[in-house]
Amino acid sequence: MSETPPLLTVRDLRVSYRTRRSTVDAVRGASLTVPAGETVALVGESGSGKSTVGLAVLGLLPEGAEPVTGSIALGGRELVGLPDRELRGVRGREIGFVPQDPKASLNPVQRVGAQVAEGLRIHRLVDSRAEAARRAEELLADAGLPEPARVAQRFPHELSGGMCQRVLIAIALAGQPRLLVADEPTSALDVTVQRRILDHLAEVTRDAGTGLLLITHDLAVAAERAERIAVMSAGRVVEEGPSARVIGAPAHAYTRELVAAAPSMAAPAAPAAAVRAEGPETLLAVEDLRKVFQVRLPNGGRERVAAVDGVSFTLERGGSLGIVGESGSGKSTTAQLLLRLDRPDSGRVVLDGVDLATVRPARLRRLRRDIQPVFQDAYGSLDPTFTVEEAIAEPLAAFGVGGRAERVAELLDLVRLPSTTRGRRPTELSGGQRQRVCIARALALTPRLLVLDEPVSALDVSVQAGILALLARLREELGLSYVFISHDLAVVRQVCDRVVVMRRGKVVESGPVAEVFAEPRHPYTRELLAAIPGGLRAPAPAVTAGTANAAIPQEKRLT
Amino acid sequence: MPMTVTDTDTDTDTAGTAEATGAPQEREHAARARIGAALRGTARRPWLLLAALYLGLVLAWTVAPGVFAHQDPLLTDASRGLRPPGAEHWFGTDNLGRDLYSRVVHGTRTSLVAGLLAVALALVVGSVLGALAGYLGGWIDQVLMRVVEVLIIIPGLLLSLAVVSILGFGTTNVAIAVGIAGIPGFARVVRAEVLRIKGSAYVQAAVTSGRRTPAILLRHIVPNASPPVLVLAALDIGGAVLSIAALSFLGYGAAPPAPELGAMVSQGRDYMSTAWWLTTFPGLTIALVVLSTSRIARALERSGVSS
Amino acid sequence: MTRYVLVRLVNGLFVLWAALTVSFLVLHLVPGDPVSVMLRGGGGEGAAIDGSLADELRADLGLDRPVHEQYLDFVWQVARLDFGTSFSTGDEVGAVLARALPSTLELAGASLLLALVLGVAAAVAATLLPNAPLRSAVLSATVVGNALPSFWTGIILLQVFSFGLGWFPAYGDGEFDQLVLPAFALALPGVGLLAQVLGRSLRTALAEPYVRTARAKGASRLRAVTVHALRNAAIPAMTLFGLMIGGIVAGAIVTETVFARQGIGRLTADAIGAHDFPVIRALVFLAGALYVLVNLAVDLIYPKVDPRIVLRSA
Repeated sequence: MSETPPLLTVRDLRVSYRTRRSTVDAVRGASLTVPAGETVALVGESGSGKSTVGLAVLGLLPEGAEPVTGSIALGGRELVGLPDRELRGVRGREIGFVPQDPKASLNPVQRVGAQVAEGLRIHRLVDSRAEAARRAEELLADAGLPEPARVAQRFPHELSGGMCQRVLIAIALAGQPRLLVADEPTSALDVTVQRRILDHLAEVTRDAGTGLLLITHDLAVAAERAERIAVMSAGRVVEEGPSARVIGAPAHAYTRELVAAAPSMAAPAAPAAAVRAEGPETLLAVEDLRKVFQVRLPNGGRERVAAVDGVSFTLERGGSLGIVGESGSGKSTTAQLLLRLDRPDSGRVVLDGVDLATVRPARLRRLRRDIQPVFQDAYGSLDPTFTVEEAIAEPLAAFGVGGRAERVAELLDLVRLPSTTRGRRPTELSGGQRQRVCIARALALTPRLLVLDEPVSALDVSVQAGILALLARLREELGLSYVFISHDLAVVRQVCDRVVVMRRGKVVESGPVAEVFAEPRHPYTRELLAAIPGGLRAPAPAVTAGTANAAIPQEKRLT
Repeated sequence: MPMTVTDTDTDTDTAGTAEATGAPQEREHAARARIGAALRGTARRPWLLLAALYLGLVLAWTVAPGVFAHQDPLLTDASRGLRPPGAEHWFGTDNLGRDLYSRVVHGTRTSLVAGLLAVALALVVGSVLGALAGYLGGWIDQVLMRVVEVLIIIPGLLLSLAVVSILGFGTTNVAIAVGIAGIPGFARVVRAEVLRIKGSAYVQAAVTSGRRTPAILLRHIVPNASPPVLVLAALDIGGAVLSIAALSFLGYGAAPPAPELGAMVSQGRDYMSTAWWLTTFPGLTIALVVLSTSRIARALERSGVSS
Repeated sequence: MTRYVLVRLVNGLFVLWAALTVSFLVLHLVPGDPVSVMLRGGGGEGAAIDGSLADELRADLGLDRPVHEQYLDFVWQVARLDFGTSFSTGDEVGAVLARALPSTLELAGASLLLALVLGVAAAVAATLLPNAPLRSAVLSATVVGNALPSFWTGIILLQVFSFGLGWFPAYGDGEFDQLVLPAFALALPGVGLLAQVLGRSLRTALAEPYVRTARAKGASRLRAVTVHALRNAAIPAMTLFGLMIGGIVAGAIVTETVFARQGIGRLTADAIGAHDFPVIRALVFLAGALYVLVNLAVDLIYPKVDPRIVLRSA
């Protein structure tokens, strides 16, 4: 047995990109092995070089990458230095690739079936066009797509993200490769779809004995899906070993940090709102909120879609309310309505006894002091021409508040940014720093309520943990209330004491976080909870084969 | 909350962090280094350098033509007619014995000033229309964009010609006509920019900060919309110079004795087979002006706007 | 589909009507009236206006009637595609246009074909050539092509190929060898523009994830460009090509002057010089109608190239 080489061996791989200004060492010494038929997860944060390793294995590094050094051996055959002509025979035939962004990874102007058939024809695995089409349909069926003959005739934009990813899996498996490289195959998808895709990948690799190199930022996904984990940081593989050992007893300091930062259902939940002597007092009451949009259909017609459809909830002073849901659930529209960036068609948003939906503009402007936003895209919510100081001082300037310089210094201190960042522009800051600036700006007018729309979902986990800790501390110190919108239930559990679950514009379940998470009543909530990688999986009887199949058309409708 | 993670020093996710904790002197240092790098970058791009040098020369011609061309561009001397280029007359002489180099220097001035006038007109009117349409939206947007569409359906050169036929001939009128033909382009770009910025998260944040509309326009929309629009203006200068030269070539520009590059090419056609220099030098001058402005505008587009 | 085309045509008619109305109004709102503008002339030849001559002319051309009457008359005429008689020659405008049209159609057709073939070839070469200096050389050539004044390139071509080498005749129209130089001169700016736009969108398309997917299937670089990237990159180039048709017709004004061809372009230049407003109006109408039809055609082709595009009669 010891003579057979492992399926994939990467030894001391080094890759540098040359840009106009400098050379960036993306990978500086990465080694890992994928034994035949096993799943190995390559885990790291953005910029760690994990995707570059995947591309190097495929021999598809972008132009500008300097000659690769080190060794990549597939079943004993050295791939580094192989001319493109020979690598073409390897790609698609011996190594399949499942990319990150399913919708963008399919050619938008070619029918799906033809894209599956292309690999078969390139590698001459079929004799005729007709046979290629037939085989493509089989592959689509194997990938779990209903009505493969019809799907084959579709264009990618007519399919949902989850369906596109299944098509890409079909493409990757068309040549019956020995190794599959999957680069963040589910991070662009909703959690419930994510789970089904990962289940499917596990199933096909198990059945065909295909090795899988699963590249992911999500330690929980890695722990759940892979036999072995390799952890990458700053271009190096810092630790590699069996999953249980790497997660349970991490040897490297960076792995320990990652494990600690990962938001998980095991972490302690948020403290309940400090109960005041006078009892709970309502700060925000949302009553029967409704917002309808006109949507253009692909066939040219129009349809009215209720993005927010009769949503009601209340928030106590000092409380923290989570709104969870997948894309298309209406949670972000709800945020826009709460902030009165958009006007609801009907319903009330009552803040401290005043209805924001109907208040006159001048009064609304004054009320804005009390309710401030933090958006997902910290970079986009800072004007690129403003310095940090100007951005933080903007609300103060708008209301003519004096002593701005001192207040900015105070706020920088509050969000733990060094005073030297004052004069910098957004491009000179890191992602986490930008989000801190946005939080400082939101706090400038000492609001009572923050509306946080996915404030950490664009950030790496270790940075995420820092921002979440900051939010928890601020809430305690300043007695703030939060409406916290997220797709990530583990994060909501850490920050919120009450939760509202939204689906297609409606609230399907609400209550105290502990209660909803422990005993979800609605099947959709159960499905969401079950989809969390490595999460509480006990109460999920509803997600059986029946619902999984029924859910495919839903996936489609959501996009 | 896992207590192992403090919330102060976890933002090590990008390479910018090491640089992001510098003292003021270091920042100044960095700024100087950046300028140095830009200069070195220019040296590494010889074409850009040449374009800048040529444009500098042409601008100097425009500001002080007398310094560069000592001979009178209008002085005729029949005895010196149609001399080929040489030491005395760098670009030769025309049929009336006028020094072609002097005429090119003065003619460049006419063309360039007219080109700048045309672009300025298009920029100002187009920007105002585009900004109004984009920011106000609704029926104002509809009406303004219909007006722009009326201008767009007629090819630029024909539109300019039609305007000239109404305004009358002459360099200024030609410049105005070319400027009018340039309005739709600016209106569309400005409108698109305003719409993009209006929908951005930082404008939303400014609204929730309590900013009023004029302040948002002045502090967010104008500064962010300006760079791409100014790049378009820079790119457009070459096109405007070309159009003005074409209209002058057709005979609608400056009246005969005055030097203008397009008109000079036209006059040189009569001696095409005998005196090649009469058409070659004015034409080459125009082509180089257009090439260098577009080269510089492209460099601006790449470096200035993105950051 | 039929409804879409109808809506677009009605929309186009509206824009055309607006353009013509503007041209009518501007002419009557500028100081003086068409006759004084006509007599003022380009240089100074009409400086001393003979009052009685002007009145006679006005009566002749129907310009002494109230403006609204003239406008209604004008609209009614245009609706019947009757553009009146030329101020300068007294011929029917329609007949004048019909005489000039064939020569210009020939020239425009030849140069569009040339621009298309050379433009696409240059774009693909600037993306696919194996060595970087060669790619950037092609790219630079397209930039230069776009920067050259077309009247000047025409003259240079004449100097080199007619007077110098004697390969082609200098002037005239009708024969094929008389078409080569003007078609090339007229096509050159378009070649540069098309190559740049298509080249840029090709490079954008090649950086898209779906090209990586194709390469991961084992497709070669050539296959990735021809099968996957080219069709995705075609839309901006198609839009440009639509606009270029109008541009080439306008460019014919200069080219036909340089090569002494008796076409629409030459007619335009003469009409402007003579302030022959009926002819100018007819030309504006023609150019506008061409724009509307070409754009409609381009829009109808879009969904065939990219299935994501949906025709909307908004």
